[in-house]
Amino acid sequence: MSNADIRAVLETHARIPVAVESLSDEANLFTAGMTSLASVEVILALEERFGIEFPDQMMHRKTFASVSAIAEAIARLKAVA
Amino acid sequence: MNAFLESARRIATEVAAPNAAAVDAESRFPAEAMDALKQAHLLGALVPAELGGPALDFATVFAICHLLGRHCASTAMIFAMHQIQAACIVLHGREVEWQRNFLRRIAGEQLLLASATTEAGIGGDLSRSACAVIRDGDRFGIEKRGTVISYGDQADAVLITARSGPDAQPTDQVIVVAPKEQCALEKTGGWDALGMRGTCSNSYLLRAAGHVDQVIPEPYADVSPRTMVPVAHLTWSSLWLGIATDAVARARAFVRRQKQPAGEGMPPGMNAMRLAAAVSQLQSMKANIVAAARLYENALKSPEGVTALSFSIAMNNVKTSTAYRAVEVINQAMLICGIAGYKNDTPFSLGRHLRDAHSAALMVNNDRIDANTASLLRVHKLDGDLFD
Repeated sequence: MSNADIRAVLETHARIPVAVESLSDEANLFTAGMTSLASVEVILALEERFGIEFPDQMMHRKTFASVSAIAEAIARLKAVA
Repeated sequence: MNAFLESARRIATEVAAPNAAAVDAESRFPAEAMDALKQAHLLGALVPAELGGPALDFATVFAICHLLGRHCASTAMIFAMHQIQAACIVLHGREVEWQRNFLRRIAGEQLLLASATTEAGIGGDLSRSACAVIRDGDRFGIEKRGTVISYGDQADAVLITARSGPDAQPTDQVIVVAPKEQCALEKTGGWDALGMRGTCSNSYLLRAAGHVDQVIPEPYADVSPRTMVPVAHLTWSSLWLGIATDAVARARAFVRRQKQPAGEGMPPGMNAMRLAAAVSQLQSMKANIVAAARLYENALKSPEGVTALSFSIAMNNVKTSTAYRAVEVINQAMLICGIAGYKNDTPFSLGRHLRDAHSAALMVNNDRIDANTASLLRVHKLDGDLFD
C-alpha cells in the first residue's frame, strides 16, 4: 500500500472539486469538499482495494480526514490482521 | 430538579395547556406561552454563562420540550426550533465577536430565533440551497424565495441557509444569522394545516442584508450532522413523546373511570390490557430517547464523537422511530377512549394529539432520513457492544 494507491481511490470516489494531486498528504479532505456521502464511497472503495474492513469504532471523520490519516488507519488494520 | 425545569412545568400546565385548544382552533401563534417562556428566561437556556445565559445542559432543554409537548405541541415545537438555532450559534459561532454579542442579546432580550432552510425549487432537501450569500466588501445580501419560516411573523431573527457565494455548489452552504430589523419578509403562502397549527409555518420571500460576520464560520455541512440534526431529532422526539404520553394519560383516566366493561361483546378488561400495552410502548420510546440523549452528551466530549457514523445512525433512528410510534400509540389511546376520544369536546379528546403527531414523520420526511441511514449502512458493520 502506498499513498499513491489511496490517492487513486480518492480521485475516483471522493468527488472533491479540485484535483487530489494538488492536495498535500495532510490536507483536510472534508474542508476540500468531500461530503459525508462521498466519504461512504471512499470507505467502500478502500475496503475493497486493500482487503480490509474498518470497524465501527474507526468510523468517524478523523480516520478519513486526510491521505496520511487514511494511510495510518490502514497500516493499523494491517498490523492487527 | 432545577428551577428552570420547574418554571417550564408551571408554564406548560398553567399557560400552554389552557390555550392549546384555541391555538389549534384558530391556527394562531401561542403568544401567551411564548411570552411566559421569555419571562422565565428560557429562550436563552443554552447561552453560556460568560455571555449572560444560564448555560443549561441539553438534557434540560429536551426535558422542557417533553413537558411542553404534553400540553401544547405547537408551543413545544416553537421552543424546540428556537433552541436548535440557538445551539448552532452557541457551538459554531462563538469564535466571532458579532455572534458572541448576538448570544448576549438572545439571553438579555430573550430573542426568538426562526429558521429559513427550505426553498422554492429545492423542497425539503436541507443539504442544498439555490440562493447565495452575495458579498460586497464586509457587507452581504441574500434573497431566498418560497422559504417556509415557522413563526416568521413573530420571530426576532432568522437563521438562513444559503450557498456560500454566487459560484458555490448547491451543497456548499453556510448559515447566516439575520436579526429581523435586517430582513424584509413578504408572505407568499399561509399555514392552514392538519396539525401543529400554532407554529404558523408560512412561506415567504425573504431578503436580508448585513455584515459578513453574521455568517457562521463553519460550513453547514459540518454544523448540520454535529449539531442541527442531533438537537433537532432529540428536541422533536422529546416533544412527540410528550404528545403520546398525554394521549395515554387520557386513556388511563378513561379506563380508570369505566365502571363496567364497555358494551356488549367486549371482553371485560380489554381496555385495561390495551392501556398496559400502550404504556409499554411509551416506556420503550422513552428509553430510546434517553439513550440517544446520553449518546449525544457523550459524543460532545470528544471532537470526533459527533462525526461517528454510529452516532449519525442513532440520531436518525431516534427521530424516525419516535415519529412512527407516537402515531401508533395515540391510535391505541383512541381505541381505548372510543367516541369520547374521537369527539373534540371531552376530557378524553385525542384529535389534536393525533393531528399534531402526524407531522412527525413529515417534518424532514422519514423516508429521506431512512435513505440516508441506508447509505451509511453500506459501511457501518453493527459490531458495537451492548453499552457502546
